[in-house]
Amino acid sequence: MLQFTAEEWVAIRLSLQVAAVATVASLPLAILAAWLLARGRFRGRTLLDALVHLPLVLPPVVTGYALLILFGRKGPVGAFFEANFGLVFSFRWTGAALACAVMGFPLMVRAIRLAIEGIDRRLEEAASTLGASPWWVFVTVTLPLALPGLIAGAVLCFAKALGEFGATITFVSNIPGETQTIPSAIYSYTQTPGGDAGAVRLAIVAVLISLAALIVSELLARRAVRGQHYGAA
Amino acid sequence: MTEPGAAIDTPIVFNCALDRPGFTLDAAFTVGPGLTALFGPSGCGKSTIVRLIAGLERPRSGQILLRGQTVADVANGIFVPPHRRRVSVVFQDAHLFPHLTVERNLVYGRDLVPMDQHFASHDDVISVLGIDHLRTRYPATLSGGERQRVAIGRAILAAPRLLVMDEPLSSLDTLRKLEILPFIETVRDRFNVPILYVTHAIAEVVRLASRVVRLENGRVTGTGLPAEMLGHGAGRAGLSRFALTSLLTGRIARYDEAYAITVIDHPAGEIIVPGRVVPGLAGVVRMAVPAASVTLATGHVIGRVIGHVMEHRAGASSGPSTKPSRDMEARISIQTRLNGEIAAIERDLDGPFARVAVTLAGGETLQASLTRRAIDALSLRPGDQVCALVKAVAIDESGVSGHAGV
Repeated sequence: MLQFTAEEWVAIRLSLQVAAVATVASLPLAILAAWLLARGRFRGRTLLDALVHLPLVLPPVVTGYALLILFGRKGPVGAFFEANFGLVFSFRWTGAALACAVMGFPLMVRAIRLAIEGIDRRLEEAASTLGASPWWVFVTVTLPLALPGLIAGAVLCFAKALGEFGATITFVSNIPGETQTIPSAIYSYTQTPGGDAGAVRLAIVAVLISLAALIVSELLARRAVRGQHYGAA
Repeated sequence: MTEPGAAIDTPIVFNCALDRPGFTLDAAFTVGPGLTALFGPSGCGKSTIVRLIAGLERPRSGQILLRGQTVADVANGIFVPPHRRRVSVVFQDAHLFPHLTVERNLVYGRDLVPMDQHFASHDDVISVLGIDHLRTRYPATLSGGERQRVAIGRAILAAPRLLVMDEPLSSLDTLRKLEILPFIETVRDRFNVPILYVTHAIAEVVRLASRVVRLENGRVTGTGLPAEMLGHGAGRAGLSRFALTSLLTGRIARYDEAYAITVIDHPAGEIIVPGRVVPGLAGVVRMAVPAASVTLATGHVIGRVIGHVMEHRAGASSGPSTKPSRDMEARISIQTRLNGEIAAIERDLDGPFARVAVTLAGGETLQASLTRRAIDALSLRPGDQVCALVKAVAIDESGVSGHAGV
């Protein structure tokens, strides 16, 4: 039953690529944002919080349209990236990755922030009295202890990226071989007479990939937690 | 063995104020070499002082000198962050890093300090604290006492200029306390680092401290030797009658294995202490006697109730020498009986209690808490000869120097 056409294989590969790049590229920024929101005491913290969460509540089409305006070839940010790094977003797979990253960002920040907030601050204080600079405390204590949350956040972002549709199609359209991911391919099938079989095939693939991601994250998180039970420690 | 920290600058000169909702800290004191106890009831500001010294908190005003270096000075805008102060803190709940093995915990701070600053070798610390067999384990698998030993080792290996112990034993049960105390004594005597030891437990002060800073309601109410800070005047300073304590020193006479008690020789008589006591460096044992557990008996009562004891005691002739009546067969279970003379009696104005200071043979002072009624019933007056009875079970063995546990 699972006999894929060449075009479907491309959509599957592209989906994985877009989701992976979106997750990996936004992870450092998400850690920074999560740390600022969890530990920072600065003016504008509430504004940052709202900005990070905005894609979660905005209609995806609005997010996609905003990206088009900002990151399109004529948009201020898009023009800057093209001029300085030769990086083009509009109607490219990189644009799909950007849209997915923006949509997955709030989920990732949320998971990491909760993990950081759950860390006993006194462990960080103990590290500082032992001579560790704030940066070293972050690298050797905060990050390792937040690792389960980091993994959870990354998987959530990856899963969100796999399923992202509205913002992606608005920003980079639905170009087979360039920006057509699994959801947009399924959408195309449903718009085509007799496309049901293809839609079902891709839907099954989407379910399998999502399941695999969840299982892998669970295994990783378990390994990360081993040996670091809090309890009375 | 050299006097710990004899050749260094004053470890800490502290003079800070800090406001918290419903609480103001305004304290000034210095910490010398050796082990200084910061002693006071919970909520008096001890932990705030620890945080100020470690740099985890900023004072509202004042300054802190750490071995001659200004680490905080509000007027001149100086504030050295914690990681540049080299003040290692052993917290109440060890705060070991749960994601690192014991070994990685131990070397966490060591590797952040230049090699030439180290004063304790890795092997030394591990053998002194007896933690060699724990090195590959994770903190979650350790007992509370083991965790605290690792935390002490981690703090020493960071080569601190001051070691702060913030109630290191208060989350442990009595047996664990007895397990850790000898290690703290060894650390104090072995490594040349000044220690500020924060506690509300008299037993720990008695056993460990060479000096005491007494803190109440955010203010220093006294600084001096343990005997001065815990005994005379302590009642007036607002300590409860349960906190009034005397320090007695003696030498070990013998350990009675059959009864698991140690007999201590004191000029005023023998003192029974539960468990085995190992003699300290000078062979002298120091112990705390709670004033509430001291009973006073006068000559007349002694003659009737414990007359046979007085006969056995050489030179004791204060009891009447009449022929034993049936009353003399009455006996009392308290074995520790110390001879002395009442030096002073201090009564509550209209409260129930009174405090009696007894000068024991040999010159030490023993405080006894009694009711005013008991004083009048016995017509006690300064200058009276008395026998002070102390229940051995009321002596907290964790406060006896050199105590090796039970």
